[in-house]
Amino acid sequence: MSKVIGAIVVDIDKCKGCELCVVACPTDVIDMTKEVNAKGYAYAYMINPEACTGCSHCATVCPDGVITVYRTKKATA
Amino acid sequence: MDLKDIIKPENLVYTKTKNMTDKELSYCPGCGHGTAHMITMEAVEELGITEKTIGVAPVGCSVLAYEFMNVDMQQAAHGRAPAVATALSRVMPEKVIFTYQGDGDLAAIGTAETIHACNRGENIVIIFVNNGIYGMTGGQMAPTTLMGMKSSTSPYGRTAEQNGNPLKMTELVAQLEGTYNVSRHSVHTFKNVKKAKKAIKKAFQDAMDKKGTQFVEIVSNCNSGWKMSPVKSNEWMEEHMFAYYPLGQIKKDGVLVNNSNQN
Repeated sequence: MSKVIGAIVVDIDKCKGCELCVVACPTDVIDMTKEVNAKGYAYAYMINPEACTGCSHCATVCPDGVITVYRTKKATA
Repeated sequence: MDLKDIIKPENLVYTKTKNMTDKELSYCPGCGHGTAHMITMEAVEELGITEKTIGVAPVGCSVLAYEFMNVDMQQAAHGRAPAVATALSRVMPEKVIFTYQGDGDLAAIGTAETIHACNRGENIVIIFVNNGIYGMTGGQMAPTTLMGMKSSTSPYGRTAEQNGNPLKMTELVAQLEGTYNVSRHSVHTFKNVKKAKKAIKKAFQDAMDKKGTQFVEIVSNCNSGWKMSPVKSNEWMEEHMFAYYPLGQIKKDGVLVNNSNQN
């Protein structure tokens, strides 16, 4: 298990649903929603948030720059 | 851990650069132009030259680049971006000038301007986005369209007899004395984006140091023009575009690199 945990925030209104982030994610965190945004595109969301390591692969390949990535150390419980 | 504990300003790893405006990009979903814009502006930000950078926008899909890049921009007539950039860099030598052009702009109508600007060794950065098709006007054949590739003006596929051979602009300008760094990259995977960004950053640095013309080609997809989904178009690009347009450094610090491989 990795020692870090990450999370992404998607700018839903600007996401165009190209799915490049889904392919880019090495830990299969991202999927597309069934709902659509105001423009009619399905948008990205975290289907598997525990697996996110905050590597920012998704945000780097996102052509529209709609993904913001956060990362922190896992709380030792 | 709760999402609230992760999503805090101090944990921020990546966000859209401030050198891009908040305007929504006009490109199709999955188009490589967006990523190319982003890394160009990130390179400018990291070098701390936002205030003294002037970009020249082309005609084509990226005609509205001045709306998205938060630096000083100038619009050029179709294909004439290197000529406008030449003037800007000569009148204001303290500024860093770059052009951002597509293949229809740079390799078709602007071939003469491009070659002569490179041959004169103007201290500018040329970013050339090559997707092998005229995207904005509806997927017509470009000089860079691959052999056998179907487009709206080559519905049976491009042939050498009828349409000539695809133009390798980057190899062409690498032969000229004036160019300093010439390389070809892509922006479809994390690794390639990082490589492309590094090359663009070096290009800006060397243009600032007045070492000659810097030429960075970015092989991109055009999912609308190629009639594929964004993910499929990237796969197709890896398979077909990279075979004819191999990625890698072609000229480094004014010296031609022999091996034209390294993916």
